[in-house]
Amino acid sequence: MPTNTVKGHTFEVNDEGFFINRDQWSEELAVELAALIDVELDEAHWAPIRFMRQDSARTGVTPTLRRLQTVGGFDVKELYRLYPGKPVKKMAWLAGLPKPVGCV
Amino acid sequence: MRRVLILGAGTAGTMLANRLADQLDRSWSITIVDRDDDHHYQPGYLFIPFGTATAKQITKPRSSFLPPRVAFVRSGISRVRPDDNEVDLDDGRILGYDWLLIATGTVPRPDLTPGMGDGSLWYRKVFDFYTMAGALALQDVLAGFRGGRLLVHITEMPIKCPVAPLEFAFLADDHFRRRGLRHKVDITFVTPLDGAFTKPIAARELGNLLEDRSIRLATDFAVERVDNEHSTLIAYDGRELPFDLLVTVPLNTGQQYVFESGIGDESGFVQVDKQTLRSTRYDNIFAFGDATDLPTSKAGAVAHFAVELFGDNFQAAIAGRPLPNAFDGHANCFIESGRGEALLLDFNYDTEPLTGRYPLPLVGPMRLLGRSRINHWGKLLFEKLYWQVLMRGRSLPVPTLMSMAGKDQED
Repeated sequence: MPTNTVKGHTFEVNDEGFFINRDQWSEELAVELAALIDVELDEAHWAPIRFMRQDSARTGVTPTLRRLQTVGGFDVKELYRLYPGKPVKKMAWLAGLPKPVGCV
Repeated sequence: MRRVLILGAGTAGTMLANRLADQLDRSWSITIVDRDDDHHYQPGYLFIPFGTATAKQITKPRSSFLPPRVAFVRSGISRVRPDDNEVDLDDGRILGYDWLLIATGTVPRPDLTPGMGDGSLWYRKVFDFYTMAGALALQDVLAGFRGGRLLVHITEMPIKCPVAPLEFAFLADDHFRRRGLRHKVDITFVTPLDGAFTKPIAARELGNLLEDRSIRLATDFAVERVDNEHSTLIAYDGRELPFDLLVTVPLNTGQQYVFESGIGDESGFVQVDKQTLRSTRYDNIFAFGDATDLPTSKAGAVAHFAVELFGDNFQAAIAGRPLPNAFDGHANCFIESGRGEALLLDFNYDTEPLTGRYPLPLVGPMRLLGRSRINHWGKLLFEKLYWQVLMRGRSLPVPTLMSMAGKDQED
């Protein structure tokens, strides 16, 4: 299994770099990861990440954009502003969760 | 008298009714509810726009596939009250149950994307195709389409029959090629996923095929709205795709009554244990097929394999014993690729679609994840098997749990 090491933290990742084990994640690590994609985590950035951590701890899967909207109450346009391009993928990566997949 | 109540007389509900009619003795009553008596062979929707199937061919009475001892109640469903073990029907009746089996599928919701179902272009330039009404409307439109930009679009996963949009794109390519118009039609496959399919090997194979057919691929497209004034599909990230014809799969949700009964997730899918299909909240409720939140395809094959395993589990549930059979998420499906060929996928929760042969190693006769004429004939033959074997509650001679036999394993 490949691993990634950032500032002395080592964690297992899949082929695309997403965490395999959510317990190897920490808030400090998220801050370091965010810097790699030119995001500085402020409260607005943290809110969806915390929601994703809590929600996935309960459901076992990474929440989708729709779930962030309907259950988390987040505004999708705002998420695109915070995390331009591919917000859910970026947030899942920063939250130490698997890439969200719509089921096949 | 013990009462089992089945909601929905489609693929899963009809199979369940037939199995239970054989399995349960006369101390049981079996009732099934559906809003109408039209059972659609839903894979047939794909062929209607291209004129190779008709509404009449793919519609049969639900009642003709139900055993005599099963009571068929025709009504919509307004609410399940699981704490009372009762179901309220739209016509005012109340049905009580000891065991409730939910098989009411999923519904396309064009009303949930701004400018889609409520737009002026709906059923003029914007169509769904995985409904009877949409498929029929598209037949006329495609026949009169002489060139321009065609978008084949998925709003969001999960959707009923996840490969159908790809099939539509391949068949549209073939359709315009035969009419000598292919060079005038620009086809783009627009998906919220990061590839042509969710799983890597299938995404690679299908992505290559899109390229071979000169079909563009727009990935990671999270649609915000349809701009009716400019005939443009707009994504949250700012991308805009103009169209002359938009063939979309709207957001799919469970039925409205699921939302209102407190037994589903935020998309109206009934939350079940993924191995036993038992409701995570109520021990006397099970759900099947598209109506569930199972992390596998919303496809008839999934319903079929799950129903195969349910008989023993139901006997155990009645007796209060642990359920012996565990479903593995097994799905298989044909993918029409145009030009008289099709691909076949076979996979489950843990194993992605792989190349190889099916159902027997080396000899097949069908190819996995590769195009062949035999696969295409298999797809056409399947309609007969659906009505004559599956909907009569019988089994097909293929493994219920996914088998690795014949599959090529890549590193």
